[in-house]
Amino acid sequence: MDPLEIARWQFGITTVYHFWMVPLTIGLGPIVALFNTLWVRTAKEQYLRMTKFWGKLYLINFILGVATGIVQEFQFGMAWSEYSRFVGDVFGAPLAMEALLAFFIESTFLGLWIFGWKRLPARIHLACLWIAVIGSVVSAYFIIVANSWMQHPVGVTMVDGRPQMTDAWAVFTNNTALVAFSHTIVGSLAVGGAFLLGIAWFHLWRRRQTGIDTVDDNGRVVVGEAGGDTGANRDACDYRVWFRSLRIGAWIAVIAFAGVAATGDIQGKLMFEQQPMKMASAEAACHSGTSFSVLSVGDLGSKDCDDVTNIVEIHGLLSFLAHGDFSTEVKGVNDLIPEYESAYGTTIPDDPKYGQRAGTTVDFVPVMEVTYWGFRLMIGFGALAAFAAAVALLITRKGTVPKSKWLMRLAVLGIAAPFIANSAGWIFTEMGRQPFVVAPNPDPSGVDGVFMFTAAAVSPGVSFAEVLVSLIVLTLVYGLLMVVELKLLTRYVRSGVASAMPELVHQPDPDAKKDDDVLAFAY
Amino acid sequence: MEFLPTVWFILIAVLWTGYLFLEGFDLGVGMFMKLVARNEQERRLLLNTIGPVWDGNEVWLITAAGATFAAFPLWYASLFSGLYLPMLLVLLALIFRAVSIEYRGKINSSSWRARWDWGLSLGSLFAAFGVGMALAITTTGLPLNANGDRVGGPFSWFSWYAVLGGLAVVGFCLAHAAFFISLKTDGEMRHRARGFALRLLPLLLLPLIGWAVAVQLQSGKPAGLALIVVAVAAAAICWARSRAGREGQAFAAQAIFLLGVTGSIFSNVYPVVLPSTLDPANSLTVGSAAASDYTLGLMSIVACFGVPLVLAYQSWTYWVFRKRLKIESIPEPHSLPAAV
Repeated sequence: MDPLEIARWQFGITTVYHFWMVPLTIGLGPIVALFNTLWVRTAKEQYLRMTKFWGKLYLINFILGVATGIVQEFQFGMAWSEYSRFVGDVFGAPLAMEALLAFFIESTFLGLWIFGWKRLPARIHLACLWIAVIGSVVSAYFIIVANSWMQHPVGVTMVDGRPQMTDAWAVFTNNTALVAFSHTIVGSLAVGGAFLLGIAWFHLWRRRQTGIDTVDDNGRVVVGEAGGDTGANRDACDYRVWFRSLRIGAWIAVIAFAGVAATGDIQGKLMFEQQPMKMASAEAACHSGTSFSVLSVGDLGSKDCDDVTNIVEIHGLLSFLAHGDFSTEVKGVNDLIPEYESAYGTTIPDDPKYGQRAGTTVDFVPVMEVTYWGFRLMIGFGALAAFAAAVALLITRKGTVPKSKWLMRLAVLGIAAPFIANSAGWIFTEMGRQPFVVAPNPDPSGVDGVFMFTAAAVSPGVSFAEVLVSLIVLTLVYGLLMVVELKLLTRYVRSGVASAMPELVHQPDPDAKKDDDVLAFAY
Repeated sequence: MEFLPTVWFILIAVLWTGYLFLEGFDLGVGMFMKLVARNEQERRLLLNTIGPVWDGNEVWLITAAGATFAAFPLWYASLFSGLYLPMLLVLLALIFRAVSIEYRGKINSSSWRARWDWGLSLGSLFAAFGVGMALAITTTGLPLNANGDRVGGPFSWFSWYAVLGGLAVVGFCLAHAAFFISLKTDGEMRHRARGFALRLLPLLLLPLIGWAVAVQLQSGKPAGLALIVVAVAAAAICWARSRAGREGQAFAAQAIFLLGVTGSIFSNVYPVVLPSTLDPANSLTVGSAAASDYTLGLMSIVACFGVPLVLAYQSWTYWVFRKRLKIESIPEPHSLPAAV
């Protein structure tokens, strides 16, 4: 059996899973840092609580991102050794720089922030968090530089059949990388915004439901306090924590979406130039033309795609998306196939190291069901999340959320929307690149002849059984960890601020001996 | 002699030594959670000695792997694909370890904590063993064909050198952690850790010395032999200083011991980065496995700037958390307030 398919599944599963943690880390980090800054500047209790609560969720999520990130780095060598050999001269550099210039910073300064409460002066402690957050953004930049080189190889020349780096500036300012980086960062902020919105909504709803907060005749909220065992986390300050979090989250979600749309548009136009086949199959555009099909039905998987029928078509829109005008023809799949075949050959190179795959025919059309729906799910769920956030801003303008349980459920479920959009976007962009692992670029800035078929990239010495075992084990472990993380997050979310600030409910024993050396935080 | 590839060979040796030195003790502390700690308070004490720093330490491994990819892509490709199953073991171990550290205290229940303690201890054990196997194989060889691919099936990497390397790193981590704990804690734990190290030091360090000697017999450079002598002397000093209650000095001697051993091993194998046990012509060397001079030059500039910076702020972290911990330093565990 062929390890290739299994290796691809493994890479896909581990990458998408890793990319559930990453946007939340990148999106939530600046928000926690913002709250911490407000706490240091204003000394208002609500900002301390916001820092601690959202910070706790940030950390629970962060660790899974770290744990699954190492798998990503190792996989290139383990399962894709021919790929590593082919691209090593250029691809390893951003990866190593990510570790040395970003990930070290992130890990070290986050440790300082977690354990440094009361041990470091407040401003330095705050600076540690900002440095860690900036580290995670820089980290994303390096990884996307590496990925974008696979989408749009630049800054190299071919020497002995392998690309050799000749222009690092070109690699690190690859237009594909810059636009993908901005798109990813704003996409991550959308995740952070929806996360705040959903969770804060839940808590405000609970306060409404248990009668702590009420609404007066003018529709304004009357903030109440609940005493008892849970007293400290149901007070007026608690209300401000949730309300401010909700509004800030919703604004971030709305603004981030504007950024997502703007960067996505630029990225789309670049992709029409650099990977026309990916975009044609994202549109299920079989024949050249200018129309955009909002909905197409039929057998998207058929090779000639003659069975595809466009249900809702907007004339000129595809041309506008690709070129910024309404009349330039965009090439369809059927016209692109012969172009790809003549430029990149029709078979895997006839080299013994490619084993039984050597000489086999290459199919240049990516799996159209995936690209077509991936593209639509990305845009659809992204827009849905932004629309929901805008509605939330409108509903909550008088100070609290309605009593409706269904609206609360929608807000909580809405947390998933930008995650789905992000995952769909990555699946689309990676699967749309197939059958290439390093996609060739017909555009003028692309370097001639730099490409690699995915089927030629897999490790020749690794057996089917090895890859299968790792796929099964990693999938099971990831599944288990997903359950654990969701369980933990749910518990901490439901317990509210006091879950991150036990001192709010567990009053310290006044008779206990004072020991200045007690850690403010300990595992 | 290729200049830049040699520089990068040295740098990668430094990264691996840094990894073994820094994560060495936190892997060992992980194993001690089940081995030395007797109750929950002691386990929390142990865990918090590494709490603020373990994540930064682990990045040394990620950087070592990334630097290998960038500077010696062919080495990276052959080693990681050749050692598919051991690398998978390391990955799983590191995942469980990281998650265990972070999640164990998140729910105040003894069965929850007990489960993550196993995750942490076994994760640390297998990570150390797997890394040791991989490093040993890097110095003793894999059955590589002319393309640099392992031949002979999923377990053809196995050799007794691999086991020796695994034991070497596990033993070193345990010894290193014992010195680290006696340096970082006060009270009973400090003395128990020291006693552990004093009783078992020769046994724990023997496999690592054995690996260095095996490589020495294979290549036989005088510098390598001298470094082994330095290492053994440092180990003896370490033992004596620890016995005298000078934990800081013992820990420093342990660092010299590690430098001696890794220095000996790396200088003995140079210029080979991955020997082929099938045919010496298939062996990967510093010259044949390296990236282009352009890439190495770029990476050198980055390293000149990055490595001192990393060393500076990591040192600062250790300075911030320099105080010894004792049982009383650890705040009470708490339960989550009931969800309404």
